[in-house]
Order: sequence, then structure tokens, then C-alpha cells
Amino acid sequence: MTVYLLRRLFQSLLVLVAMSVIVFVGVYAVGDPVEILISPDADQFERERAIRALGLDLPLWQQYLVFVKNALQGDLGRSFVFSEPALQLILQKMPATLELAFGAMFISILIGLPLGLYAGLKPDSPGAKVIMAGSILGFSLPTFWVGLMLIMVFAVQLGWLPSTGRGETLWGWSFLTANGLSHLLLPAINLALFKISLVIRLTRSGVRETMLMDYVKFARAKGLSPARVTYVHVFKNILIPVVTVVGLELGSTIAFSVVTESVFAWPGMGKLIIDSINVLDRPVIVAYLMIIVLMFIVINLIVDILYSVLDPRVRLEGQA
Amino acid sequence: MTATLEVRDLQTHFFTRAGVVKAVDGVSFTVGRGKVLGLVGESGSGKSVTGFSIIGLVDAPGRVVGGQILYQGRNLAKISEEEMRQLRGNRIAMIFQDPMMTLNPVLRVDTQMIETVLAHEKVDRETARQRARDALGMVGIPSPDERLKSYPHQFSGGMRQRVAIAIALLHRPELIIADEPTTALDVTIQGQILAEVQKLAATTGTSLIWITHDLSVVAGLADDIAVMYAGRIVEEGEVSAVLDAPLHPYTVGLIGSVPSRNKRGEPLRQIPGMTPSLLKLPAGCAFRSRCARADEVCLQEPALFDLRPGQRARCFHPHLEEVAA
Repeated sequence: MTVYLLRRLFQSLLVLVAMSVIVFVGVYAVGDPVEILISPDADQFERERAIRALGLDLPLWQQYLVFVKNALQGDLGRSFVFSEPALQLILQKMPATLELAFGAMFISILIGLPLGLYAGLKPDSPGAKVIMAGSILGFSLPTFWVGLMLIMVFAVQLGWLPSTGRGETLWGWSFLTANGLSHLLLPAINLALFKISLVIRLTRSGVRETMLMDYVKFARAKGLSPARVTYVHVFKNILIPVVTVVGLELGSTIAFSVVTESVFAWPGMGKLIIDSINVLDRPVIVAYLMIIVLMFIVINLIVDILYSVLDPRVRLEGQA
Repeated sequence: MTATLEVRDLQTHFFTRAGVVKAVDGVSFTVGRGKVLGLVGESGSGKSVTGFSIIGLVDAPGRVVGGQILYQGRNLAKISEEEMRQLRGNRIAMIFQDPMMTLNPVLRVDTQMIETVLAHEKVDRETARQRARDALGMVGIPSPDERLKSYPHQFSGGMRQRVAIAIALLHRPELIIADEPTTALDVTIQGQILAEVQKLAATTGTSLIWITHDLSVVAGLADDIAVMYAGRIVEEGEVSAVLDAPLHPYTVGLIGSVPSRNKRGEPLRQIPGMTPSLLKLPAGCAFRSRCARADEVCLQEPALFDLRPGQRARCFHPHLEEVAA
């Protein structure tokens, strides 16, 4: 286990270095922030002074080395726009995105797993067919449109839930207050819709596959109750793929909640990154991408560990 | 002699899109107390479906559509699912073909054994664990206490089959249906398991239905034999009688196909042709198209004729003359 973790850490480090180069070069190629940041009326002297102040006069490789040197000291650069440390800016917005993503994940498992189980156990029932048809809708309807519909129905027409903002927060979290929770609900559902469909389909196909296995038949031949067969023998086996995919999806949910955050004016990291890209605020973009990379690495590691807990055949030891 | 199980005219059909497959079509047999019945046939002859019909685990689209399965005066084909569940694993147990697949890979062996005890008896977990350990010891698994805490993938195939047998024995069932339990194992392991099962059946008085395609297994283990072909029993009787002097041409062919019975250097003998599709079984004797003795009479459906004491065959032209030879 220790050997495994050490090797994983080393691999993660390589990924981080590679990503930092790609991100740095990529952002450099996107455009010159000077054009946006410095007013067109500024004279030559002012321009050069500003460029030097932002460190943009150095060649790219030197800029990168400066970035790495600072990054190693925990400084991912200062935002051109807010003149605040980029890391701090992002971390401020992080709780909003995290609770949105986790809320969406929670909803998708809470709804997706039972529906998928039902659809897998009774594949020919009308209920299962409705569920599967619904999951196709969940897959194919664009997030922004569903978001707008949710706002129209639940916020505008029925007036049940607020449509924008985070509401009251406690220690920076919305879900800790009733008002904040009501603000969280619509965007979380919006973000969850795709994942619900995913979990339904995964669970259903897992159940259908597992039900045909000899060990399920043997479990029935032992005289176990149908509930025990389903909830212990079948369920524990389908959890393996579900955990894997849901875990990996969590990363992309956090990273790409941009659309939902924009529609519901949810002040999270997604909204910050869109704004930063618009003004080519390089340090924020780079810092954001680095944090996302780090997050994916951590999530993958957790998924691997969970996997070994769920499936005794997987052992996180030396080989392979 | 009282019978543990009596099957009368069992019919199990599969209702597929292509048509009705009569996998088991009018099978009758009796298993005496403490006796071993060998149910023999090729793949697709309906022998496994017969076993699953008895224990009520025929998969959709299959269904027991006719006949009786009598156990202690009750017809298992007609009782409720819950009544059947109480019998399964308790009075009637089953062992499957592939030991690599019969144990749940993500549950520990103790979990899988204890749940079987608790499914039928109200005892505390510790008692159940003791029972599980004793059962493992009984089937010859060394250091059962440690092995209980293992996962199935930590066992070899032979050991896993022993675990499955131990699970089947937990409630000292009156009948065990063994569906080719040694087919997937090495010959040496197969021998060990057979000897083990024989010993256990003799000491516990458990009846066995041993489903197999391997005649040598039946020869060593069974008291009676029933040979199945295309969903029907074509020959039945005492094991020594049937194997020494088979009556049905199919049984003759089956015995002739065992390689060890051929002389070295001679081409191996085989039964020509293939098992007919159960979807459109021709009228008359199902073996007709592969049989050297077939003639117009065989267009009629033969009954099971009592041809010798205790030996019956479903054939108009049985091998009666070979007795002298």
C-alpha cells in the first residue's frame, strides 16, 4: 500500500509538471492580455511600464521559470484584474462550486440508483420503460435549456424556489442554512440531470448483467430471501462500476459546472474562470487549471482506494 | 423403500421468440432415500433444466408447464415461491457446474455461509459461524477458521467447489442436485471430490441427483442411471445393468464414445450427426436421424418399454441380442 501510494504520488507529480507546461504555453497562445488590460490611450512609456510590471517583457521560458519558482512557494501569481493572489480568488469561490457539485452528485445517486435498480430488476415493466426513456431525455437535453426551464417553472411561475445567487451562507456554505439550501436546490438539480441518467443506465446494465451470473442463481439456490439476493449479492457487485464512474464524474462536474453557474448566477469557480478568460487574466486561468488537475489526481486516487475496498480481488500492491 | 423425490411426467418449456423449446418433455424418475441417480446426456439434452426445474430456478422465458415433482407428498411445481425458498438450500440443495462462478466474488466465504444458515434457522451468528466452520472441515478444507475469512478468489477451483458443497451440506439436506460439479476440475481433484461426496452421502443419508455427461463418473458413483436425449429419458435402470448391457442405440453410442474403450490406433468412435434442434423436433423417435437401426417403425413415438427387469428403454429396436456376447 505504501509503495503504491509513493509511486502514485511520483506519477502525479509528473502529470502536474506536464500539465503546467501545457497550460502555460496554451494560455500564452490564446492572446495578449496587454491589449485588453491597458487602455488604448496609454502612451508608449506607460505601456512598457505596465508590461514590465506584469512580467510580460520576459521570454516565455523565463516567465515559466518565474511561475514555477513562485508556485513552489505556494504563489500561483496575482490576478491582473483584481491584483489579488489568484489562488486566494479561486479558493474563495471554491465552496460554492464544491457544494453545487456534491449536491448534484448526491441527488444523482439518491435518484439514479433506485431507479436503475428497478429498471434492471423489472426490465419489461412499463415503469422501467418510462425510466429508460426519461434517462435518454436527461442525456440529450442541453443543460442551459433545462436550467432556463427550471427557472421558468419553479422560480417564475410557481415561485417555489429562488433562481439566482447563493442566499444566506454559514461559514461560506449555503447548504447549512435553509435559505441557502433553497437556493442550491435548482442549480444542483440542473447539474444532476445528466448524472442521474448516467447512474440509471450504469446501474441498470450492471443489475441485468449480474442477475445472470451463477453466483446469483446459487444465492437463490441457497434459499436466501429475494431482498438479500438483490441488496447484498447483486448490489455489492454493481457498486464497483457505479463508484468508479461517479467518482470520475465528480471531477468533471466540479470542473465544468460553468454552464449551470452562469445560468443560475451561482458565484462559483466556473463563473470566475469564464470571466477571467474574457479578460485574459492569465494567472487566474493558470491557477484554476492547476487546481483542477490536482483535484482530478486526488479524486482518481480516492476512487482507486475505494475500488480496492469494494472489490477484494483488487489489491493496491506492488505489481503492474 | 421410500422415495425422497418422485418426478412424474415433468415438462419444462422455454417460450422463445423463435418458438416453444421443449427442453424437458415428459421426464419421470424416482430418487430413493440415500440413493444416487446419475442423470446423463449430451449438452442440450435437458438434464440441467430438469435439475433447475426441481429446485424451482428455471430462468425466464422457461417455465415448468406440466407434470409433478413430489417431495414429501407436496408437488413442488405447484407450491408458492416462499414455500419453495424455504426448501431451497435447506431440504433440497444444489451444487453448480463452475466453481469459479458460484461464489460471490465480493463477499467473504463466512458471509456466504452464515447467510445460508440464517436463511433457514433462527440461530445467533456465532452458532452459524460454528456450523459453517464444521461444514468446511467436513469437506476436507484445512484450517477452516482461517479460510472462513478469505474471499473466493483466494481459493483454487477444487477448494471453491468444496466450499460450495459445504454450503449445500449446511442444513443436512435430504436431496442434493449436483449439476456437473466436477466437469470444470482437474481429474485428480475430480476424484477427490467424488470420493468426498460419496462418503458424505453415505454417512448423512442424503440422496443425490448427479447430472453429468461423463459416464465414468456415473459408473463409480451412482446407483441408478437415467440417460436423457432431446428432453426425454431414453433409457433408465440400475447403473451396472445399463452400462454393461445398454439397450438404447444412443446409450450404446454414448458408451462407445468413451475413448478408453477403444483400442489404441483405431479411429475414435462417435455418434454420427448432431442433437436435433429442440425447436422443431421431428415426429417419432428423436434419435432416428442418427440411428443405424432406424426404420419406418421409428416414425412412431416409442414408449419406455420394460425390456429387462429394472431396465427400460425408449426404443423399438433395442440391443437385446448383445447380452450373450
